[in-house]
Amino acid sequence: MEAVAYADSPFRTQARYLAWRSVVRTARQPIMIVPTLVFPLFLLAINASGLSAATEIPGFPTDSYLTFALAFPFIQGSIFATNTAGTNLAEDIQNGFFNRLQLTPMRGSSLLAGQLAGVLMVAIVQAITYLLVGLAAGAHFEAGIWGVPVLFALSFAISAGFGAFGLFVGLRSGSGEAVQGLFPLMFVLLFLSSASLPRDLIQQDWFQTAATINPVSYVIEAVRSLFVTGWDGEALALGFIVASSFFVVSMIAASFAMRERLERT
Amino acid sequence: MTDSTKLNGNRRDTDGIEVIDLVHVYKKGPKAVDGVSLRVGPGEIYGFLGPNGAGKSTTVHILTTLLPPTDGTARVAGYDVRTEGRAVRDEIGVALQEAALDPFLTGREHMRLQGGLHGLVPDQIKPRADALLERVGLSDAADRRVGGYSGGMKRRLDLALALVHGPRILFLDEPTTGLDIQSRTALWEEVEGLADDEGVTVFLTTQYLEEADALADRVGIIDQGKLVAEGTPAALKAEIGRPTVEARPAEDVPLERLEAALARFGEPLPSDHGGAAVRLAEGTGELAEVVRALDSEGIEFADLQLHAPSLNDVFLAKTGRSLEGAGEEEPTGEEPIPEPAAA
Repeated sequence: MEAVAYADSPFRTQARYLAWRSVVRTARQPIMIVPTLVFPLFLLAINASGLSAATEIPGFPTDSYLTFALAFPFIQGSIFATNTAGTNLAEDIQNGFFNRLQLTPMRGSSLLAGQLAGVLMVAIVQAITYLLVGLAAGAHFEAGIWGVPVLFALSFAISAGFGAFGLFVGLRSGSGEAVQGLFPLMFVLLFLSSASLPRDLIQQDWFQTAATINPVSYVIEAVRSLFVTGWDGEALALGFIVASSFFVVSMIAASFAMRERLERT
Repeated sequence: MTDSTKLNGNRRDTDGIEVIDLVHVYKKGPKAVDGVSLRVGPGEIYGFLGPNGAGKSTTVHILTTLLPPTDGTARVAGYDVRTEGRAVRDEIGVALQEAALDPFLTGREHMRLQGGLHGLVPDQIKPRADALLERVGLSDAADRRVGGYSGGMKRRLDLALALVHGPRILFLDEPTTGLDIQSRTALWEEVEGLADDEGVTVFLTTQYLEEADALADRVGIIDQGKLVAEGTPAALKAEIGRPTVEARPAEDVPLERLEAALARFGEPLPSDHGGAAVRLAEGTGELAEVVRALDSEGIEFADLQLHAPSLNDVFLAKTGRSLEGAGEEEPTGEEPIPEPAAA
């Protein structure tokens, strides 16, 4: 067999191959994609029809509850990213594939970056689907055509944050079941946010306080602002800051967890 | 390893393994490896034989840098496994006990991923993958998802993956466990070819006596974390004794005649099968003379068997136990490495 030649820039090369694997294996598992599209839209349909009377509350920002609620699936879909990223990595640990990776010169950072690629691919599919279905159902998108890339960027940042958190849990626990156990907790966070009503219209003090300190409120309000308000600089800035901060903190935690998990000498 | 190239098959003095007083103690468990010392020469096939739980997989995990040793030193391809892990990994190929593969990727995609992670130039990955897949007989199945592969196919793909970057030393942890005899034989031939034709050093763990006997240039027998015997299979067997011949007389032949005839060839032994047995004074070469003698004296026999000492006899002699069924799950006192079920 002929001589083996080695490429430069190991990080880029490794991250590219791991990203490719993550995208391919995600695309080949419809169970990883379809529920993340169908379930949030199903819940949107229920909310939009069941809570439409909320638009009559004085001060409600729009006359279309569908438009108001359309931010919900974006966040709910992103929460699925936690599951996807964490479960995939935990499965690799459980079935020994992680050891195969450890035995190559792979860097932990390449694996983290690569694993997120599959999550972000799903995030793109989700964002396009939710937007198209929402518009087809009669929702408004006040930010106009230039708001679409901003919506996608925001969606990307939120999914990356949740995905990185999933990687952290997957690495720490090494168990797909533990990652999936986070799902109900994430939903509690989602429901304790301003997902169903604007914060200033929440009547219960404890709920309003919870929604105010809940970071999920700020990312959902950022997404919602593009549909309801158009360009709300403060909401968008807060949404990007919260999503980016969550991503950075989660990635730092995942990096430490990766260092511990990579036991090799 | 960035802009370097290396040639496969150029045997170097450092292409071996040197282990001195290796110890591994799990946090809450017993000593899995207890002062093992061994040396594997370049191009040699070394069989590491022992029952389940003997410490084989733990030793492999240390030598492949997946587990730091508690004590002792180990050098692989000239590099210290404790302090030069990355250099060791560049030089070795590893097929662990369970062929951990991604069921959603095809065989060819696995090759591509493995080559990419080893930093091979993209233009080189495809021809190398094609050649290796051909070599292990998976060309036709290369574009099928691995989830549909049989156990033998997964093992062969695992071997091809271990070779993608042209390693100088190959670690195979129980590579044929669970395989049918056909797949096992095919894998043996491939491993022999790697060592004989390309000079790859092979460190092979196994609990199959016939595997160690058929493949290994030298065998190390490990039990309860300690190396209890080491040498060529022939030398180890010779060390514990000479072969025996056991015969059962035909119906109308008195047993005493048979016993007397056999007694001329060595020390008589009790027979468990209603016949006569003798430990040959000279070795297996005497079998033909035994048959000729019985024939010339007109002593017909119903059955005649030569019992050459086996590696199991060696294990029995060294440990007082039989290798078959001697083991138990390899103990781990800390969070286990997910790959191996047991040594």
